Amino acid sequence: MNYFYFPLEEWTNDFVNDWLLPVMGGFFDSISVPLRSFIDGVTNLILAIPPEIIAVLLILLAWKLAGKGTALFTLIGCLYIGSVDLWAETMQTVAIVIVSTIIAIIFGVPVGILSAKSNVIDKIVRPILDFMQTLPIFVYLIPSILLFGLGGVPAVIATFVFAAPPAVRMTRLGILQVPQEVVEASKAFGSTSKQLLFKVQLPLAVPTIMAGINQTIMLALSMAVVASMIGAPGLGSIVLSGISTVNVGLGLIGGLAIVVIAIILDRITQGIGNKL
Amino acid sequence: MNKIEVNNLTKIFGSHPQQGLKRLKNGEQKSEILEKTGMTVGVNQASFAVKPGEIFVIMGLSGSGKSTLIRLVNRLIEPTDGEVFIDGEDITKMDKNTLIDTRRKKLGMVFQKFGLLPHKTILANVAYGLELQGVSKQEREQKAQETIKDVGLSGYEDSYPSQLSGGMQQRVGIARALANDTDILLMDEAFSALDPIIRKEMQDELLKIQNKLGKTVLFITHDLDEALKLGDRIAIMKDGRIVQIGTSEEILENPANDYVSNFVKDVDRSKVLEASHVMKKPEVLLTYKDGPRVAVRKMEEAGVSSIFVTDKEKNFKGLITIDDAVKAYQNNIPMEEVLITDNIYSTSPATPLNDLIGIAADVKYPIVVVEDEKLLGIVSRVSILSGLVLGKEKDEVEST
Repeated sequence: MNYFYFPLEEWTNDFVNDWLLPVMGGFFDSISVPLRSFIDGVTNLILAIPPEIIAVLLILLAWKLAGKGTALFTLIGCLYIGSVDLWAETMQTVAIVIVSTIIAIIFGVPVGILSAKSNVIDKIVRPILDFMQTLPIFVYLIPSILLFGLGGVPAVIATFVFAAPPAVRMTRLGILQVPQEVVEASKAFGSTSKQLLFKVQLPLAVPTIMAGINQTIMLALSMAVVASMIGAPGLGSIVLSGISTVNVGLGLIGGLAIVVIAIILDRITQGIGNKL
Repeated sequence: MNKIEVNNLTKIFGSHPQQGLKRLKNGEQKSEILEKTGMTVGVNQASFAVKPGEIFVIMGLSGSGKSTLIRLVNRLIEPTDGEVFIDGEDITKMDKNTLIDTRRKKLGMVFQKFGLLPHKTILANVAYGLELQGVSKQEREQKAQETIKDVGLSGYEDSYPSQLSGGMQQRVGIARALANDTDILLMDEAFSALDPIIRKEMQDELLKIQNKLGKTVLFITHDLDEALKLGDRIAIMKDGRIVQIGTSEEILENPANDYVSNFVKDVDRSKVLEASHVMKKPEVLLTYKDGPRVAVRKMEEAGVSSIFVTDKEKNFKGLITIDDAVKAYQNNIPMEEVLITDNIYSTSPATPLNDLIGIAADVKYPIVVVEDEKLLGIVSRVSILSGLVLGKEKDEVEST
């Protein structure tokens, strides 16, 4: 099938080495620096709070939003994480999840709104989202080290790329799902498009948007292990060192901690969506 | 001035509406355009005018374009061609802000499936139009409270739409439209989703509201009985075209074509027909100055046994039977003394036939139709029954 040679590989390398790194390096630094301090800020904040307080807050939140069963599970889960001595690693992972989820929402919800309002934007955004979700993670994980260095920042960027699409898609879906007659009624009484968006479409789309954010959080957590390969601290690095030293027990306690935190976050965010 | 005036309004759905419009103007049919270009003609050069305080009903089956038409009036759908004047201003040419302002100040709308905001309370739903205009919370909620009371929903202010029955939800829909104090109400199949008893109740309510507030109502329905009940005038739509505009009587008596007559054939005529539709001119009439002799001769010529008497101005005076006339002639009694004035039932021309059926069975003489004392005609038992029966038969013959 090779009727001609397509030098995409060489072009890409030339592009990265001759232009992206030397010319755009400063630009990436300007993203990297504030992002790093954001991640560090969040990590330090939740590490500074005594574990007991966080555990109690989580249990109360779970009780209020998801019922007694989840509250009990949260209690057992927190006790487990503490007793296997992984609290600090768990909080580091949670910090990365929080930061990448916030960025995914900041980016995803507005893009979702725009693609709901305009077919043209939707046609442009859709393939980009497909690309973000299906491109093998390692393909952009390695370049992101080149651009952002090792540690939390490339982890957050890679997590964002992987986890943002559901936020976009579900926001769009939520807005399009608002019954046509309700939208017409609002327009018929003279709403501006801004009023329509903020008084009708967004409030009614919130449950669907929350479902999207829930998915974003789950995907972000699943990136935790992968991101540890590029030096992200947290549970992922425990699992990774368990694997690399054939320490099955270490791998298991880290892996279980990820599952525990995933279930807690999932039930709580679902609870928020149902309550609204 | 007309409250709403629609001129040659056209909506074509599809990729090249202008091209479709050209075909339409060249006289091509909706079906031809669909076949050749794949475009759907929603509304085809519709024209009508609604007077202030009038209930104007647009009736048609589903797919006739009536819901599209009402959405063209407030531009929820952009027209392809034509004009819509609201209080003399063409809404199709307005910029965005003027359009929004016109919708706020002049056009209330009520929807088939209510279109209430599910996340807001009844109070907030009714106040929504005012909220959009930036009216203060206190003021708009006070106004909403009053309107909620007007539609009989006091006590439900803090409920949510999903907690209310369909009929109550539509009351909220009407209250929301009334709270804005617009002169015009657009009602898109407003009662079609309600069950029959509630629907009737809401129709009566609407008539009451309209009587009290003098709103101009553009009402869409697929139900002819509803159209006849509510409409001062009715426009019948088919395939995007308005095929006939008229009062209910005009449409029932002179259906413009088979489509309309098919529609009206099942209508219960007794509710719609009025005395004036079935009354006949009395065959012979006596004026006061005629003596008994003339009376006897006229009755003899016409072969009748009684005769109505009016004065010169055609004011109704009474009735003379042949026996009394003969007696008066023989005994030289003046006409006035043998005139029968009681036992004669008189009615106004607008009385529904329904109300006359029972009376006609009881009275001895034909019912007299009188307006401002003047004799317009008489309604006999025969003419009531034939009006009910023959009207129907006539339609059936035409439609087969």
